[in-house]
Amino acid sequence: MNSNSMTRYPIVLTVNGQDHEVWALASDTLLEVLHDGLGLADVRYGCGEGVCGTCTILLDGEPVSSCLTLALQAPGHPITTLRGLMGPAEEMHPLQESFLRRGAAQCGFCTPGIVLTALDLVRRRGRPSRAEIRYALIGNLCRCTGYTKILDAVEEYADLVGREDESES
Amino acid sequence: MVAAAFEYVAVDSYAEAVRLLSDHGEDAKVLAGGQSLMPMLNLRLARPGLLIDINAADPRAPSVTDGTLALPALTRHRMLIGHDLVRAHCPLLAEAVRHVGNVRVRNRGTVGGSLAHADPTSEIGCCALATDARVVVRGPDGERIVAAADLFAGYWSTVLEESEVITDLVIPVRRARQGWAFQEMVRRTSDFAIVAVAAVVELDEQAGVISSARVALAGVADRVVPADAQLVARLTGGTGEEAESVAAAIARSVQPPSDVHASGSYRQRLTGVLTARALRQAYARAIGVPA
Repeated sequence: MNSNSMTRYPIVLTVNGQDHEVWALASDTLLEVLHDGLGLADVRYGCGEGVCGTCTILLDGEPVSSCLTLALQAPGHPITTLRGLMGPAEEMHPLQESFLRRGAAQCGFCTPGIVLTALDLVRRRGRPSRAEIRYALIGNLCRCTGYTKILDAVEEYADLVGREDESES
Repeated sequence: MVAAAFEYVAVDSYAEAVRLLSDHGEDAKVLAGGQSLMPMLNLRLARPGLLIDINAADPRAPSVTDGTLALPALTRHRMLIGHDLVRAHCPLLAEAVRHVGNVRVRNRGTVGGSLAHADPTSEIGCCALATDARVVVRGPDGERIVAAADLFAGYWSTVLEESEVITDLVIPVRRARQGWAFQEMVRRTSDFAIVAVAAVVELDEQAGVISSARVALAGVADRVVPADAQLVARLTGGTGEEAESVAAAIARSVQPPSDVHASGSYRQRLTGVLTARALRQAYARAIGVPA
C-alpha cells in the first residue's frame, strides 16, 4: 500500500459555511489541511496527541481534535473554526467579547479552542456551574491566564445568553 | 510530529473490514474513533501502511434484549454517558466513562476502540470485567464470543487475531438488588488513571446479605485485571462489614508497576483505599441508600 501513499485525493470540505475543494494525502490530518492548505490560522498545532486543545474545531457541531481526524474523514461533515463564529465583517462573537472584557486571553494561542469548547458547553448545558465549566475545559491547556478569568468569561457569557432566553420566553 | 504516509480505506461493513485485514495482515490498522491510534501515528509509535476506517461499518444503536445490554463497538463515549439504556442497565459504565479523556476524546472515542487498544488503565475495560461482559469479535470464519476476562493479553494487546475486529460489547443488565461503584485516582481530571476500581455487589433477595461481588482493577498490572475472586468471595453472606479487610487483602495481592506517574507501592496503597470506598458505595447502592 505504501507505493500509493503519496496519492492526493480531491475532497470537498465544508468550512464555516463554505465549500472548499482541496487535494489531500490519505495521511493528512484535518488540522494540516485547514491550517496549511486553507490558511486558517485559528486552527493550531499544539501537541499532536489530542491533549492540548489548540486544534479544536466543531465537526457536526461537536468539539473534536483536528490533529486526530483525517482530512479524508471530514467530507459531508460541516466544520466550524473560531472564524466561523464571527460576523461577515469579522464582528466578534459575544463569547469573544466576554473573553476580552474579562481579560481571559493573554498570548491567545489556546483561545480559539477554548472559545469553541465553551460555546458547545453553553449550547448543551445552558448555565453550567463553575465545576461543569472546569470539567468541559480540562482538555484545553492555557499557559498564561491561570484559568480563573477564562471561567469568569464563560460564566458571564452563559448568564448573558440565559438572560436573553428568559426575556424571550 | 506528523504521521508517516499511509493509505486509507473507509468501509461500509465489518465483512469488508475483515477482508482487508485478512489481505494486509499486520500492515493494516483499524481506525474507529482515532483517539489512541491517531496519537500513536502522529508520534510514529505505529507505522501501518493502511488504515481501515470502520466508522460507517455499523449503524446500530445500543439495545437491550434477553437481559443483556448490547453496545455496538462504534458507540461513542459521549453517547454512553447520556444514553437512557446505558444509564438504566449499566450505570457503572455511564459513570466511569465520565473519567475518560477530555470532551474531544469522548466525542470521538468508541467502546470497541478502547477495548482493542487495551490500555492497562482503561475505564471501559475495567467496567467490562466488573460486569462480567462479553465481547463479540468478527473474523474471516464468522463471529466468536470472548469473555472480557479473557480479552486482554498484556500492555496494549489483546487475544484478537490480525484479521479480527470487535463488533459489540455485551453486558448483563443490572439486576434489582445490585449496587455498583467506580473509584478513580488521577492527578488531573482527564489523565490516565493511576489506579481505578470498579465494583459490583449483589444482594440475596430474601436474606439481604451479599450473594455475590465482583471487583476489577485498572492501573495495577500490564492489563486491567479482576481482583482475586477468592478474596472477593469473603464478602458473600455478609452485609459489607468485611469491605475494609477484603480491600486490604486485594491490595496485598497485587504488584503494581512503578513509573513516572506513581510508584508501585503508592498504587498498592491506592488499590486498598479505592477498593474499600468502592465496596462501601456499591453495598450502599445495593441496599438502596442513595449514594
